[in-house]
Amino acid sequence: MNLAMAGSQRRASFTGLYAFLVSVTMFFAAFTSAMVVRRGASDDWKGVPAPSLLWVNTGVLAVSSVLAEKARRVLRAGDRRRHFNLWWTGATLLGAMFVAGQIMVWRYLHRHGVYLNTTPGSAFFFVGTIAHAVHLGGGWLAMLYLNIRAFRLELGPGRRTAIDVATIYWHFLGILWLYLLWLFRFWGN
Amino acid sequence: MENPTAAKVHAPPGGFLRRYVFSTDHKVIGIQYYLLALFSVFLGMTLSALMRYHLVYPGEKQHLFQLLWPNGAPDGIMTPELYLSLMTMHGTIMVFFVLTTAPQSGFGNYFLPLQIGAPDMAFPVLNMLSFWTTLLSFLVLCSAFFADGGAPLGGWTAYPPLSATGAIAGPGMGTGMDLWIISIALFCVASLMGAINFLTTVLEMRAKGMSLMRMPLTCWGWFVTAVISLFAFAVLLTAGILLLLDRLGGTSFFLPAGLVISDRVLDHSGGSPLLWQHLFWFFGHPEVYIAILPGMGLVSTVLSVFSRKPVFGYKAMAYAMVAIGLLGFLVWGHHMFISGMSPYSAIAFSVLTLAIGVPSAIKTFNWLGTIWGGQLRLTTAMLFALGFVSVFVSGGLTGLFLGQPALDLYFHDTYFVVGHFHMIMGVASIFGIFAATFYWFPKVTGRMMSEPLGKIHFYCTFLGAYAIFIPMHFAGIAGNPRRYADFTQFDFLKDLASVHKFITHAALFTAVIQLLFLWNLFWSWRRGAKARENPWNATTLEWALPSPPPAHNFGINPPLVKRGPYDYSLPQGGKDFLMQHEGEEE
Repeated sequence: MNLAMAGSQRRASFTGLYAFLVSVTMFFAAFTSAMVVRRGASDDWKGVPAPSLLWVNTGVLAVSSVLAEKARRVLRAGDRRRHFNLWWTGATLLGAMFVAGQIMVWRYLHRHGVYLNTTPGSAFFFVGTIAHAVHLGGGWLAMLYLNIRAFRLELGPGRRTAIDVATIYWHFLGILWLYLLWLFRFWGN
Repeated sequence: MENPTAAKVHAPPGGFLRRYVFSTDHKVIGIQYYLLALFSVFLGMTLSALMRYHLVYPGEKQHLFQLLWPNGAPDGIMTPELYLSLMTMHGTIMVFFVLTTAPQSGFGNYFLPLQIGAPDMAFPVLNMLSFWTTLLSFLVLCSAFFADGGAPLGGWTAYPPLSATGAIAGPGMGTGMDLWIISIALFCVASLMGAINFLTTVLEMRAKGMSLMRMPLTCWGWFVTAVISLFAFAVLLTAGILLLLDRLGGTSFFLPAGLVISDRVLDHSGGSPLLWQHLFWFFGHPEVYIAILPGMGLVSTVLSVFSRKPVFGYKAMAYAMVAIGLLGFLVWGHHMFISGMSPYSAIAFSVLTLAIGVPSAIKTFNWLGTIWGGQLRLTTAMLFALGFVSVFVSGGLTGLFLGQPALDLYFHDTYFVVGHFHMIMGVASIFGIFAATFYWFPKVTGRMMSEPLGKIHFYCTFLGAYAIFIPMHFAGIAGNPRRYADFTQFDFLKDLASVHKFITHAALFTAVIQLLFLWNLFWSWRRGAKARENPWNATTLEWALPSPPPAHNFGINPPLVKRGPYDYSLPQGGKDFLMQHEGEEE
């Protein structure tokens, strides 16, 4: 494969990613506008009792993002594969921890009698957090796949592009989570 | 992870399944989309023929109805519920699986990489996934016919509250409606995958020298449509999920308090049916442009080729498409003028709606400018392109009436609206599809379609379309409501019975004529005259390849593009055109 082709593939991967991020943004923009309209449409709005675990999860996702970025930079700086594997594995594990933490939040709410259809606020909370988790699950599977490839010493130039793409997506999901947290915890309450 | 892009040139895959079924070749996927749309259009047309028949002979028993729908027509007479379910499925199939699928996913997949000199779409595997998700979506939708209670009754717009309450709202509103929503959600996912692919392909896969302003207008059409799809389908996906949760999860996004259906008070509270309308039409209006923009691009090309003249005002045509795409997102409220919105909002939506007339007029006048003084070759493709311009103007002008709140109050939910959107969205787009089929058939198959049969098909379809939809405008002006299964029960509509009879006869005639097209298509595929490599003397890159094109398109030597896409009427005599990769750098 010549350099021009590799460059073209890399650019296409990034453009495809940014287009995907636009569609995810529109999905959550529509979700937000529905929430704003629904809250204003009636006087039955009630927020969700957010457990402190949400803050822990937020921290976990933030650290995961930092580790992914660290791994990406290490790889770019040179062939320091052992360090890359360390940071990337850490990011992947923390990603799994975030999802596990979110499941614990949902179970906590269930134990306290808060279900999808309990209040309008709870409906939006469950839909928003589950939709975020589904998007995150996709990104996490990609990270896991790259992790396995990295351990097998199979990180060619194409997969390094994939690492860049996965990392940017991971950061995006982190920012999206901060936005959702603000939406539910502050505006929604 | 395999690299997702297609920059490396691929050899033809071996084996029937890899080559024709689970293929990642954009050309095979384009044909798969086209065939899906072809099946869908005949299914949708059959449903409309049955509806039209029932409308003018509402009391006549038909064994066929009873055979097909033992519950919907127990004594051979179509129940109003069955009529509404046919209407819903007709609208959904036509809008999503014909008008969205054929122009963009079908022709776009096949010809976008060829026209920009690319080896394939940017993400071939994603492309294949997109098709199979679309097919799954179609199968899920059709399974609603066989669900308990039958297909849903909610129309293609699926307005709550009735679409959100479950089986209590009528037969088909239980499982059938669930399947409808799941189908549309799947379609949204497939369309988003497709949009990402189209957008990336246009931006990153163009051959050397193929600047954006050297792309054929067809590529501009597909590009703008991809951008619109990216924004619009994501919103519909959100709306669909919320609607499904109102039905299955007990939430109240769209269901207000105190709702009484079939003498039962529902325990939902606080939701807003209007919320659905906002979300739906934020998708729904751009959907009109998703259906028609690829046709606009194709018609521009065909008019230029068969007038032997460059497109008049190429840049204005490209910018007009972008403007139509942008404005299309600002006018959704004109579908909701009677929803009780503030008159100030209505005026804003009205002004923006009328503003779309400006880029639309630019396109129309430039089409006329393109053919003005040209050496017209009235091939079937050219006739359908001219027909497109005709119905686009006819359908567009009636939109000016509906875009004004004061007039829309009267016209809303009448046959005026039915006539309008069928002309502008349905017939215009279908004419674009026909023009594209006749124009590109030699490239896809290496054979020519029959021109005499094509012309008979065109004239009958053109007259038939006007005979069906223009009288509907008059019925609407007379106050004829849409969605009624039987007009005979209303005195004020009895005078319109003969109009409806005429419409039905015209519809049945036009439907039968489409069999001629089907015959021409498949007969020519096997037996048509052999086509030259560039039978229309066209300038765009796909005609530089053999017909049908090889699996690897341009191979390892992509063309070097030296000029714009419409270099016709050259002054030096002899050949009156130069292909995009020929001659000196412009």
